[in-house]
Amino acid sequence: MSQSVSFGKNLSQWIFTTDHKRVGILYLIGSLAAFAVAGLMAVLIRVELSSIGPTITNPQTYNVWLYFHGAAMILGFQIPALTGFLANYLVPLMIGAKDVAFPRVNALSLWLFWMGIIVALLTFVVPNPPDFMWTAYPPYSIMSGGNTSFYTFTVLIMGFSSIVGGINLIATIIYMRAPGVTWAKLNIFVWATMCAFILQLIFVPVLGSAVTLLTLDKYLGTHFFDPAMGGDVLLYENLFWFYSHPAVYVILLPMMGIIYEIVATFAKNRIFNKKVVVFGGFIGTTVLSGEVWVHHLFTSGMPNWIRLGMMVSTLLISVPVGLMMIGLVGTLYRGAIQYKTPMLYACGFIFLFLVGGLTGIPHAMAALTLALHDTHFVVAHFHYVIAVSGTFAVFGGVYYLFPKMTGKMYNEALAKLAFFVLFIGVNVTFFTMFIVGLKGMPRRYFDYSHMPQLEHLHKIQTYGAFVIGLGALLILITWLHGAFYGKKAPTNPWGSRSLEWTHTESPPGPGNFGGKPLDLPEDWDPYGYGVNPD
Amino acid sequence: MRRRIRTASTALMTLFILAVPVLASSEHESGYEKTGIADPVEGWNHLWHEMLWDITVMGVIFALITIYFMWRYRRRFPQQEGKQVKLTFAGMMLWALLPAAIFMADDLYLAGKTWALYNTYRNVPENSMEIKLESAMWSWNFTYPNGVQATNELRVPVGKPIVMRMKSRDVIHSFYLPDFKVKEDSMPGRVTYLWFYPKEVGEHVITCAEFCGVMHSNMRGTLIIMPVDEFNTWLEKEKANI
Repeated sequence: MSQSVSFGKNLSQWIFTTDHKRVGILYLIGSLAAFAVAGLMAVLIRVELSSIGPTITNPQTYNVWLYFHGAAMILGFQIPALTGFLANYLVPLMIGAKDVAFPRVNALSLWLFWMGIIVALLTFVVPNPPDFMWTAYPPYSIMSGGNTSFYTFTVLIMGFSSIVGGINLIATIIYMRAPGVTWAKLNIFVWATMCAFILQLIFVPVLGSAVTLLTLDKYLGTHFFDPAMGGDVLLYENLFWFYSHPAVYVILLPMMGIIYEIVATFAKNRIFNKKVVVFGGFIGTTVLSGEVWVHHLFTSGMPNWIRLGMMVSTLLISVPVGLMMIGLVGTLYRGAIQYKTPMLYACGFIFLFLVGGLTGIPHAMAALTLALHDTHFVVAHFHYVIAVSGTFAVFGGVYYLFPKMTGKMYNEALAKLAFFVLFIGVNVTFFTMFIVGLKGMPRRYFDYSHMPQLEHLHKIQTYGAFVIGLGALLILITWLHGAFYGKKAPTNPWGSRSLEWTHTESPPGPGNFGGKPLDLPEDWDPYGYGVNPD
Repeated sequence: MRRRIRTASTALMTLFILAVPVLASSEHESGYEKTGIADPVEGWNHLWHEMLWDITVMGVIFALITIYFMWRYRRRFPQQEGKQVKLTFAGMMLWALLPAAIFMADDLYLAGKTWALYNTYRNVPENSMEIKLESAMWSWNFTYPNGVQATNELRVPVGKPIVMRMKSRDVIHSFYLPDFKVKEDSMPGRVTYLWFYPKEVGEHVITCAEFCGVMHSNMRGTLIIMPVDEFNTWLEKEKANI
């Protein structure tokens, strides 16, 4: 057994793997590759904006960077890292299953995802790369010389991968739970994954149809979005956001889930009001998520009644999200918090998400957003609430699972240093971005020579971007150093009560639990802390 | 337990009762007060500050509690474990419904105020002047009621509300006046509108807020607010030149 669990000796073992843990790790590698390239784009974008006028490039190339940064970060990094890597790696371990329900289908969804990454990366090789932003609104995406089909196929392949993976994991959660792992005792991350995949299954097809119609319009001469021929430009925006708003909850729910796991483990504490977090928070968000998309069209000439209606439904999202946040901080209450690196990421997450969540409120308010929509203010908001919070959740999750995945420990001091560098960097960049946006800087601008008063604020953001880049580099060094030179990890370095730590080796072998059927005691609970008060 | 439920429901009732007069009084906040003509910018600034207080107070309270917990409940010795309180059913419901009620009350409070301001934004005053806008890659083309046309320079008389009827020749653009806190997309196949109130003589930036291609950030214009007679002279002169 020890040979087959050894780390990456045999490449074909990895390529033909159907083991959910290896699938998960391969998801992680692919999504981190997307993160690295898209992150490099972000730094380049910031350098371009650091001074008025053309700084390092021309608008055409700049627009390709913006396109790639958005599309790759969301479709290539956030969703696959949270629902691909974390869900694949953790869910079978947490529910006491040997593997997912359909291991070969799991490999299919993994390699579809890698194909999507490759198609996305071809952006930089093909002539006329896409330049129409990740939203690809027609008529521009149809008129543009950019290669729309690369966008469409990236979305379709990634979407199909996600649907296949979703069916697989939902089936796994429903049918593969070990005896004793009841719905009531299910890890909170598993609940979050379940809700996220339900959203994917409902909404991904809508995005698929939207981008398919886009391709038909562009290459086969249909007129779905061409008003001159009876089409409607707003149809695409509605279809697009009908998926892409729930997509932020596809990111939000697993990131909340993993942060909960980290907080419970490092505070050695039961989750505060777990039932309410699951049924009010997660399921509440799932139910509300499809009724809010028009807030992306608040300045697009939509009828007044639906703007006001969706303003209320959007504001009401604060209820389930608020319950999740109360549960999170409540879990600290009377805990015994140990500040290891994953916990630092969780604490960082709470503050970033708080800023991001609260600055979402003016966007929901249909009158205030008339000034804020499509400015840097909204860019700062969604970076806080999804982009940076999601990244903190993924990085925290990687540190948390690092001993389990690699069987080695990372260097704690270096990891903490990297965390603080990253945390300072994101706040410098994105808090300044709020101010720039409030002063009227529209997003997706190559130049702002008519707003020269904003230049020094843009410079500050660019310095922040370099700090973020440095932080990301340090994190990469920590991981590589840990994976190659780290000390051997014990099976349960964090003292967790959850199955993936208590009942498996580090790293777990094939079949996860050593082939023995799990025999869980009656009072087993993945968060059963504090039963023997000392 | 019954007493706790009663306390909880009393608290909920109180919150809703408190929210009602606030919702009812939100008519005052819509920017009508000072000028006679509604001014969305005033309403916007007012509501913005109120919202900012709202989220700042909430955020600071939440952050302080978190920081306190982070410090107070740090681990004192190895093997220490947390002693989470075990909630009764009533406690669980209280911790669900009370925050939900507070958030909902705040949501509805903000929604009510926004609704009033939104009406100001969308109801065009009667004595306003209508200017047609056709946006194109990458320019703003204005047509005045008397047929005079202008590109990228929008001259308007001071003190007269201006309503823009907007469409687009090619792709989606968004007519954005940062100083007037308003924007609306202009698009092919649909007519949209916005209005603003030029109160003082001066110049303001017009800029495009919806990505429209290579020169998106160069799609700019200037709003020039002129004294009324100067504006009329200009308009007559332009009319003669047609």
